[in-house]
Amino acid sequence: MAAAEFDVPELKDDIEVPKIREGSMAHAKSFLAPKPVQDFMGYPHELSEDWKERAIDKMGDLLGKYRSLKVFLDACVHCGACTDKCHYYLGTSDPKNMPVARQDLMRQVYRRYFTTPGKLFPKLVGAKDLTKETLDDWYSYYHQCSECRRCSVFCPYGIDTAEITMAGREILNHVGMGQKYSNEILGKVQKIGNNLGLPGPALEDTLEGLEEDIEADTGVPVKLPIDVQGAEVLLVTPSADFFSEPHVESLIGYAKVFHAAGISWTLSSHASEAGNFGLFNGNYETMRKVAMRIRDAALELGVKRIVVGECGHAWRVAYSFWNTLTGIGYGGNDPFSIELQKQLDPNYPQPQHICELTNDLIKQGKIAVDPSANDDLVVTYHDSCNVARASRMGDEPGGQFAIPRELIQSVANNFHNMAEETIYESTFCCGGGGGLLTDDLMEVRVKGAMPRMTALNNVVKEHQVNFMATICAICKAQFTKVLPKYGFDMSMVGGVHQLVSKAIKLD
Amino acid sequence: MTIIYAGMFYIATLLLVAGLVYKIFDYSRTPAPLKIPTTPAPTTQKGVIYRMAKEVVLFESLFKSNKWIWVFGWLFHFGLLLVLLRHLRYFTQPVWFWVDILQPFGKYASIMMVIGLGGLLARRFLVDRVRYISTPSDYLMLVLLLAIGLSGMMMTFVTHTDIIALKGFFLGLMYLDIQPLPQDPALLVHLALVALLMVIFPISKLLHAPGLFFSPTRNQADNPRERRHVAAWAARLDQGN
Ligand code: SF4
Ligand code: SF4
Repeated sequence: MAAAEFDVPELKDDIEVPKIREGSMAHAKSFLAPKPVQDFMGYPHELSEDWKERAIDKMGDLLGKYRSLKVFLDACVHCGACTDKCHYYLGTSDPKNMPVARQDLMRQVYRRYFTTPGKLFPKLVGAKDLTKETLDDWYSYYHQCSECRRCSVFCPYGIDTAEITMAGREILNHVGMGQKYSNEILGKVQKIGNNLGLPGPALEDTLEGLEEDIEADTGVPVKLPIDVQGAEVLLVTPSADFFSEPHVESLIGYAKVFHAAGISWTLSSHASEAGNFGLFNGNYETMRKVAMRIRDAALELGVKRIVVGECGHAWRVAYSFWNTLTGIGYGGNDPFSIELQKQLDPNYPQPQHICELTNDLIKQGKIAVDPSANDDLVVTYHDSCNVARASRMGDEPGGQFAIPRELIQSVANNFHNMAEETIYESTFCCGGGGGLLTDDLMEVRVKGAMPRMTALNNVVKEHQVNFMATICAICKAQFTKVLPKYGFDMSMVGGVHQLVSKAIKLD
Repeated sequence: MTIIYAGMFYIATLLLVAGLVYKIFDYSRTPAPLKIPTTPAPTTQKGVIYRMAKEVVLFESLFKSNKWIWVFGWLFHFGLLLVLLRHLRYFTQPVWFWVDILQPFGKYASIMMVIGLGGLLARRFLVDRVRYISTPSDYLMLVLLLAIGLSGMMMTFVTHTDIIALKGFFLGLMYLDIQPLPQDPALLVHLALVALLMVIFPISKLLHAPGLFFSPTRNQADNPRERRHVAAWAARLDQGN
């Protein structure tokens, strides 16, 4: 589809807070999921007669299951502290992209049907009936939120708009307004095993091809094993790593690290995918089903460790939720979790991030690197939201910021951070996370990338930065599309293990 | 009049306490099925208490996000706290010594409180983003608090009311022995507005006060790899496997 024309924001020296322009992004809507896609997920594909009751019922159900939703809908004081914190607002000027206004789309309805003042004096407290227009607004604006949680850092009560967005999408699914992109992917991962829908044999071919390439390149027979019973490590990585550029460069990097360290490892054809779009829809059961494939593969292959590749939301789900959903972790005292936990090696964090693993190996001198191999590059690092604001690495709070930087600086000599207020927990989203990485939302993606591009532009001007490393498959895919719109070369973005791959010494 | 006000305060207190107890019970009963602290987050329970304390006392996150809202918000809340503590002298006999020490500060704290509220109200009008998200109740709430503050200041700085009789009235309320209330307009307005505030507290955005303590992004420790965290409704799903 030829995307509609739109203006690419101009980069200024600073990120300016725009004046509001009402309705400026109301037209941006991603494609609705068609019947077969919704059928597979167990949702209707169109609005039924009773859609309104269904929506309110579902909201009630979620309010009873999620304390976050209940507290967040009550606690907001409309202080406005979050209004200038969302990259989509900064890039589009649409006031409904201000986190509090995005929440209010649901809060208005919540107040009307679930609170006393909203029932008695709706006008006074801004309560509104649920109408088709509201529902359409939900569909537009809950798909203009990348669930990046930047707003939650700055809210005095920690109100996390991502939780509201997830609930909104869940309700939309229940009344028959699913999003094509995310739900199609959820179908593929459950039917075929990964988000790209690559069948096992295609995957094996690809891995063989990569092995030949690496050997031709380095003269070393580095292997990319799949379905190896009894391997020490199960590696789970986003399926983009198998096929897309620059993602595959990082996959090659992981393989070289395992080879150099002499750790036996394997991929799994049934669980070749780390990504879990169940997170984006906020459906616990879906997220659990997708995560269970990894537990099953781990049990089946008898591995001792589970390592996750470069993917932001996958790492969030792995780090924060796998223990809850599947028992991958520690501290379980129920038969379900004990079964797996007694198989896993207690000397390592479970799951472990590939950056934790590589960084430890370098620090312990188990693998050798030559940072001058990356001397052609001046590197900066983009903290991906789900890693930065929703997960951790290592033992200390903030390890998710320190470890990737430490790793980059041990494999590359030239490194500069972007402006302080745009990295770490204040990092700006790439603009394509949370189920927005689809061509039908290109305008939202390009405009939402403006704050990140501004910060990048500044280090390019000041420090001649020519490479932005990141550890998220979605960030990589989004940036390769969006960088050219802002006049940058798409090869400026790549993975941290792409740098490792160049610097690592093999024998 | 005395009887009306006495009845009003009994009802307002009942609604405030019952409403808050119900809400707190409701929040604590609702499961938090997933670990969702906003990171970097403390990894221990002690760390969580320290994080929450900084939020409650210093408004740490708000400080990071917007200095104007922080200044006005903090002036208002801290002023209100001092003023409330000062008011303890109407409910205690003998008055606790530290309440006595606070008296002079409490008097001027009302000015802080009013300045803070004025600033917050001005932002609602002046900043287009904040104007966009404001509902009538947001303005009314600020106006209500301002009116309470100003009518209180009237009595402190302009026309003093009969404090002894007022104290008699409140002590009487507490011991179910109704005493006459001074018939002073500023006082009557002040008390009526306070009763109104007490009534709307548990059904309004003033729930941010208890809400803060139940916010999972702030009150959870970041230890999901070390501890399995399963809600009751979610644990049932494990049985099928
Ligand atoms: S979660 Fe991110 S994208 Fe969504 S409203 Fe908050 S800042 Fe914006
Ligand atoms: S910062 Fe929090 S309380 Fe303030 S408007 Fe935003 S969501 Fe509401």
